[in-house]
Amino acid sequence: MSAIIEVSHVSKSFGGVHANTDISLSVEKGGITGLIGPNGSGKTTLFNSIVGYHPIDSGSIRFEGREISRMLVPEIARLGLLRTFQQTRIYGAMNCMQNMLISIPHRKMTLWEAFRRNSPEEKERAEHLLEFVGLYEKRLLQAGSLSFGQQKLLEFAMAMMNEPTVLLLDEPTAGINPTLINGLIDRLKRANSEYGITLFIIEHNMRVIMNMAERIYCLAYGKLLASGTPAEIQDDQRVIDAYLGAH
Amino acid sequence: MSRNAILHIVLLAATIAAPLLFPAYNAFLATLWLFIIVALTWDMTGGQMGYNSLGNIFFYGTGMYVGAVIAIGMYFPVGEWTDAARSELFLMSPGQYYTGLAVGSLGAGIFCALAALIIGALTFGLRGPYFAIGTLGVAIAGGEIVSNIEWLGGGQGISMPNPPGDFDSFKVLIYYLFAGLGVVLFIFLRWFYQTRFAAAINAIRDDEEKAEAMGIHTLRYKLVTWAIAAFFVGIAGSISAFQLIHFEPLETAYQTINLGIFMVVCVLLGGKGTLWGPVIGAVIFHVFKEVTWNYFLGGQWIALGALIVVIVVFFQGGLMGFFRRRFPEWFGVRVETKGATETAS
Ligand SMILES: Nc1ncnc2c1ncn2[C@@H]1O[C@H](COP(=O)(O)OP(=O)(O)OP(=O)(O)O)[C@@H](O)[C@H]1O
Ligand SMILES: [Mg+2]
Repeated sequence: MSAIIEVSHVSKSFGGVHANTDISLSVEKGGITGLIGPNGSGKTTLFNSIVGYHPIDSGSIRFEGREISRMLVPEIARLGLLRTFQQTRIYGAMNCMQNMLISIPHRKMTLWEAFRRNSPEEKERAEHLLEFVGLYEKRLLQAGSLSFGQQKLLEFAMAMMNEPTVLLLDEPTAGINPTLINGLIDRLKRANSEYGITLFIIEHNMRVIMNMAERIYCLAYGKLLASGTPAEIQDDQRVIDAYLGAH
Repeated sequence: MSRNAILHIVLLAATIAAPLLFPAYNAFLATLWLFIIVALTWDMTGGQMGYNSLGNIFFYGTGMYVGAVIAIGMYFPVGEWTDAARSELFLMSPGQYYTGLAVGSLGAGIFCALAALIIGALTFGLRGPYFAIGTLGVAIAGGEIVSNIEWLGGGQGISMPNPPGDFDSFKVLIYYLFAGLGVVLFIFLRWFYQTRFAAAINAIRDDEEKAEAMGIHTLRYKLVTWAIAAFFVGIAGSISAFQLIHFEPLETAYQTINLGIFMVVCVLLGGKGTLWGPVIGAVIFHVFKEVTWNYFLGGQWIALGALIVVIVVFFQGGLMGFFRRRFPEWFGVRVETKGATETAS
């Protein structure tokens, strides 16, 4: 397998806060990679840097071998590199179906094709994916009226609708009922295995990430602290210290 | 035939018959269509895309001037025409007049669409109130610039050629031009709001950052939407120029505080982001305005201000928003289990 995202020596600070310092890591094509670290360790900042949300101070970010660190958010999204938001962003005033249909991959569409209605195939796919995340019954309800956890699921389904190559998920299980987490893990794995989407996941729930990821990176204080297989990470004293707050 | 189809046919028949049945109200009805046109086009960006422009009147004024310049310039030197300020010095044959009306109005639409692309590229980086004020600035500047160009008649404005034939049939013609443009616009929007394109501009309205993160060509969609709106407003402006026979830059063409605000009030009254809202709002507003202007003279602006306050405070979603809250099932909100048949609407 080869690296589909290569982050090398990326630094980003906000005023005096060094949110990311000299971070290098890579995400394997077709795999599931995890990103962990205590609160404020710079995980979301790294995601934001990758998807072009803000310019980085130094370093390089490559996607499929191509330098993307100077590109804009929609341009990067159109390359097939998509993210979901930690705070969850859906179109609250529209119903779930509309949310899904808006999320069709615009990179595969010309301006003229935009002047058409959604095809029956698109609607079918939208319904299928809503069923996949368990929201089929709610498909005609206003998305804003869904619970936080349901909105997370909807956002995930919207991302799938966009047919990304790589999906960056920022805490997909936060706010999800513990009894539903196993189902979500299963769906994420199927998104990876059946739909072939490479996943890069920020996660605080250790059980979830250890269960899914083939490789895990751990940040602390904006720096890369450790990396390795779940087993290696679990036994790494530095990771344990970082989480327990011992320095 | 569905009830909906019958309703549309009745409305269309009324539109066609109106000037023949109520000749005394021709001017009133023509202006009503103008209001519907500017309200529907304002809502394309304001209601459907979340960009509240206060500068759409720029396209109305520019449409007037472009239509006039083309219609006159096709046959006479524009500078001499405006300098003479008396169209009687130059006589236009009926053929020239109608050709000028058609070519001028179409040219006005195209010019305004292109202008929207340029102005949009400069202003669509602004959000919320900054976009509103930025576009208002464009409209104010447009009026000031035009009134300083002698070639365009300066502050005096332009006198259009006199319409051929008798005046009553000319008024009927103007009515049909506005009504025809309005009907075409309405049918276009009915279709347009069901396309993927419209879904994308709704996404921009609801969360532009999310839309960008999903790879939507946000700037492209914003520009094209505004250009389409400007196209229709430009044509309407040009028709107004012919209708009014004489117009001047600040009070008539770039009338930011009259029509420029009225179009927004119409949409707020009827309901933003809906197809029928701007139409209903335009009808109610226009009647309200005529009644207060005729029977409440002196207090008309107070009445109008009170109306705006009432809408903004009590009816933020407009009439359509009120209905949507009271009767959500009319708008297709329901929980459905798989396999259940669609509930008849
Ligand atoms: N836009 C910003 N402006 C200023 N400071 C920021 C900004 N974004 C992040 N930071 C700071 O950067 C640091 C890292 O934040 P980040 O959101 O990346 O952490 P995180 O690892 O995602 O934490 P959490 O697990 O709580 O989500 C924090 O100190 C935060 O305050
Ligand atoms: Mg975070």
